[in-house]
Amino acid sequence: MGQRIGVVLFPGTNCEHDAVLALDRMGADAGLVWHGTTSLDHYDALVLPGGFAHGDYLRPGAIARFSPVMDAVADFAASGGPVVGICNGFQVLTEAGLLPGALQKNRGLRFVCTTVAIRVERGDTALTDGVPVGTVLSIPINHFEGNYTCDAATLAQLRDEGRVVLRYVDNPNGSVDDIAGVCSAGRNVVGLMPHPERASDPLLGSQDGLVLLRALLRSAGAVVPAA
Amino acid sequence: MTPSRQFSVQVEVLLRDGIADPQGATIERALPALGLDGVTGVRAGKSFRFDLDATDDADALAQATVVADRLLANPVIEESVVRVQPQGIVD
Repeated sequence: MGQRIGVVLFPGTNCEHDAVLALDRMGADAGLVWHGTTSLDHYDALVLPGGFAHGDYLRPGAIARFSPVMDAVADFAASGGPVVGICNGFQVLTEAGLLPGALQKNRGLRFVCTTVAIRVERGDTALTDGVPVGTVLSIPINHFEGNYTCDAATLAQLRDEGRVVLRYVDNPNGSVDDIAGVCSAGRNVVGLMPHPERASDPLLGSQDGLVLLRALLRSAGAVVPAA
Repeated sequence: MTPSRQFSVQVEVLLRDGIADPQGATIERALPALGLDGVTGVRAGKSFRFDLDATDDADALAQATVVADRLLANPVIEESVVRVQPQGIVD
């Protein structure tokens, strides 16, 4: 059996099966975790997938933060466990205070659904462990609220501490400093707007997401072939 | 026991100064079509109304502020204005 990856399912999440399938095909033992769950001790890593948790009412992630599972997610993160939030999952992690900043509406109020180039800026986080800095990946984005923002002091801190994990090569949504993904101070919690699980098979047009998912499995303790 | 009173609460949530407000800007750009060229500073936000029981004005404001700060507004990008209005005596 591979590493046990819990994929958290909120009411309104809609990318959970994509994430489970992509991880299982890489040899992981991924499974869904209902948002009412309060114990996550038996997982090696967690994924908060994309979608519209709690209908995105109020703000994306604003209600999901109060789901029972989030206390357990916070405990898991505090103990150093790898936690990755993809798209809506990233929004949930910022609302929960597990990652800094916020995701506001895209520049120009435009929904974006396209494949973009993102550059790996750090190779020492739960989602990029061992990935060479400067690697450019082709991965889909699909969001309305993906415009990352934070105050100047937070941005300076993220830069100083090397916590900008991924940057857009050509900024699609107005994110400050071209930020596509950031990590926690402990580097084990990572949030990103692009969807690596949607770039996990030649039929999807790109397999570049496997580079990140493979790194996640390594962070979860798996021995993963390099390519 | 202190009798509680019911208060009406209105919370207005707006984007902080310095945070781009494309919705407000788009509305403002549409106004000349109405023949109004002097409307400026349009900001788009959200308004919430609810009732709560509290012992006095200060208690009502304190409770409403918790709702505003912990849930209705994201302090990273938004600010809120809270108004409370006493309604009547509750048993």
